[in-house]
Amino acid sequence: MGGYIARRLLAMVGMLFGLSIITFLLFSALPADPARLTCGKSCTPEIVEANRVRLGLDQPLAVQYGRFMVAIPCGRIYPTTGPILQCPALSGETATEAGTFMCDPICLGYSFRQGETVTNLIVEALPVTLSVALGAFVLWLVVGILSGVYAALRRGRWQDRTTMGIALIGYSFPSFFIGLVLLYFVAFQIPEWTGLTYPYPKFTPFSESPGLWFWGLLLPWITLAMLYAAFYTRLTRNQMLETLGEDYIRTARSKGLSERTVIYKHGLRAGLTPIVTAAGLDLAGLLGGAIIAEQVFNLQGLGRLAIQSVSDADLPVLTGIVLITSFFVILGNLVVDVLYAAIDPRVRLA
Amino acid sequence: MSPYLEVTDLKVEFPTEDGIVHAVDGVSFDLERSQTLAIVGESGSGKSVTSQAIMGLINRKSASISGQVLLEGTDLVTETDDGIRALRGREMAMIFQDPLSSLHPFYSIGRQLVEAVLVHQDVSKSAAREQAIDMLDRVGIPSAKARIDDYPHQLSGGMRQRVMIAIALVNSPSLLIADEPTTALDVTVQAQILELIKDLQSEFSTALIVITHDLGVVAEVADDVLVMYGGRIVERGSVDEVYRAPEMPYTLGLLASVPRMDRPRAARLDPIPGQPPSLISLPQGCVFRPRCPYADEVPDRACWTTRPALVETRDDHLVRCHLPSERRIELATERLGALTGGGAS
Repeated sequence: MGGYIARRLLAMVGMLFGLSIITFLLFSALPADPARLTCGKSCTPEIVEANRVRLGLDQPLAVQYGRFMVAIPCGRIYPTTGPILQCPALSGETATEAGTFMCDPICLGYSFRQGETVTNLIVEALPVTLSVALGAFVLWLVVGILSGVYAALRRGRWQDRTTMGIALIGYSFPSFFIGLVLLYFVAFQIPEWTGLTYPYPKFTPFSESPGLWFWGLLLPWITLAMLYAAFYTRLTRNQMLETLGEDYIRTARSKGLSERTVIYKHGLRAGLTPIVTAAGLDLAGLLGGAIIAEQVFNLQGLGRLAIQSVSDADLPVLTGIVLITSFFVILGNLVVDVLYAAIDPRVRLA
Repeated sequence: MSPYLEVTDLKVEFPTEDGIVHAVDGVSFDLERSQTLAIVGESGSGKSVTSQAIMGLINRKSASISGQVLLEGTDLVTETDDGIRALRGREMAMIFQDPLSSLHPFYSIGRQLVEAVLVHQDVSKSAAREQAIDMLDRVGIPSAKARIDDYPHQLSGGMRQRVMIAIALVNSPSLLIADEPTTALDVTVQAQILELIKDLQSEFSTALIVITHDLGVVAEVADDVLVMYGGRIVERGSVDEVYRAPEMPYTLGLLASVPRMDRPRAARLDPIPGQPPSLISLPQGCVFRPRCPYADEVPDRACWTTRPALVETRDDHLVRCHLPSERRIELATERLGALTGGGAS
């Protein structure tokens, strides 16, 4: 097991390398000139050319990529004049001059657009996205699995049809629409009708105030969870219908176990594997940024950062986001595989 | 004194979109402890549904069950779900056809056994585990202590069925229903499993119902046999009697279709022509009539118009057939060859 995880983590490093190369190549093909993007409206061709040299953008792509990779463990200094200094710690350089930017190790580059290192941008956005994604994840899993089991147990009856009908609605409405409707009613209409105020959705760090964190993210969670919960309801219902027809369920009943034990310990446990797969991958995907929810509720998460850097052609930021998103997806895959082995004793990891 | 298990006029009907399925229609029989009853019939004859109705495993929301199933005086048909659940596994237990799919793939066999103990006995987990090991030992699992934490997929088919038997018998129930217990097993293992069931039956003086379509199994284990067709009993009697002198043409057909080693090899086996009837729209008159080669012999087309009653032809031998008894014996003699001396197993 330990060896398996180690091998998978090693493979993950390889995959991240590959992905970084692909991202680099893709962006070099973009018509935008990264040197032009380093300065604003008052830019003269001379400044652009100077910046090109400073940032090493005049170098061949392979050299640029190599420098980028070396900077990750090693850091960089962006002086006001002259070329970037790689690995300042090795040469004993420090940023003393005014206007010099320091990019400490785990340096993913510097965004001139945002005037901030990529690492800092991601570190700022990540808690927002983590909070949004994890909260929604818990919500949709609980709601989806419970309503799926409920529908399966009342198969063909009106409760089943109602549940699945609601799921279909959740499934078919675009989440920006659900988000806006929620926002309109909960944040504006209901306070107007009832006098109860609801804090406008915004991100407060959990460490600062768990209560505000919860209230501020509730609407984004519901918005995101609607879509996923609908999907998980369908998935769970189908799984339950399948497993409840299995012979071992009959065996469980013939032992005289309570219906609750039969359904949850024997039925749901067996039907859980595909749900775990889907959940792991969905969560991993969301960690790369819940783009629509962040946009609708104006949350400064990875999703918004991604959109902004795409429209700005902000290559360093985008590379960083691609890497962190892929990191989550690959990690999610690994976690799913390990969980699989934990759930199903027939699965052996090797 | 009333018998240990007394089933009277049991009916199970499933309403479906196509109509009502009469899965079991008016089944009656008695069973004493230490006795074995075999229920024989084709797929869809109602034998499994009968056993599941006794065990209370049929969802009452999707089926209507009527009649009486008295287990030591308790009527299982009118008993509450909780009441039956308390009896299930403790007083009556069941083993199934395919031991691989009947055991939960995600739980160790020990856990599944311990679970069965803990539902009905107020003992500690470790005591339950001791019982489980002891039971595995008794059903012939070698080094039970070491294997108790194995998962079903790590065992062979025969071992799995032994585990199923252990789960069924761990609370020493007085009624055991074995639904095709050997069908999914290798021939060599079948005999061992039957032997084991018989041994444990005499040890616990269990009343045993064996459901099978294997007439060899019936001859091996059963005292009485009940032949079902189209949801009803068509013949009932002791195994010796029924095998020696089957009177219902269906039973006769079943026996004639068994390959025999004590006879010269005939050119072909002698199958029963046709298909089992649809339980939604049973034929008028005798249910077996469309497949019965002798229906024309009965006067007034009675086989087309009148359902025959289950009538006692000799001591404790009941038959549902319009043909006169003498003619039935004649046919049996003709079809099965010389039947002098003993059962034809």
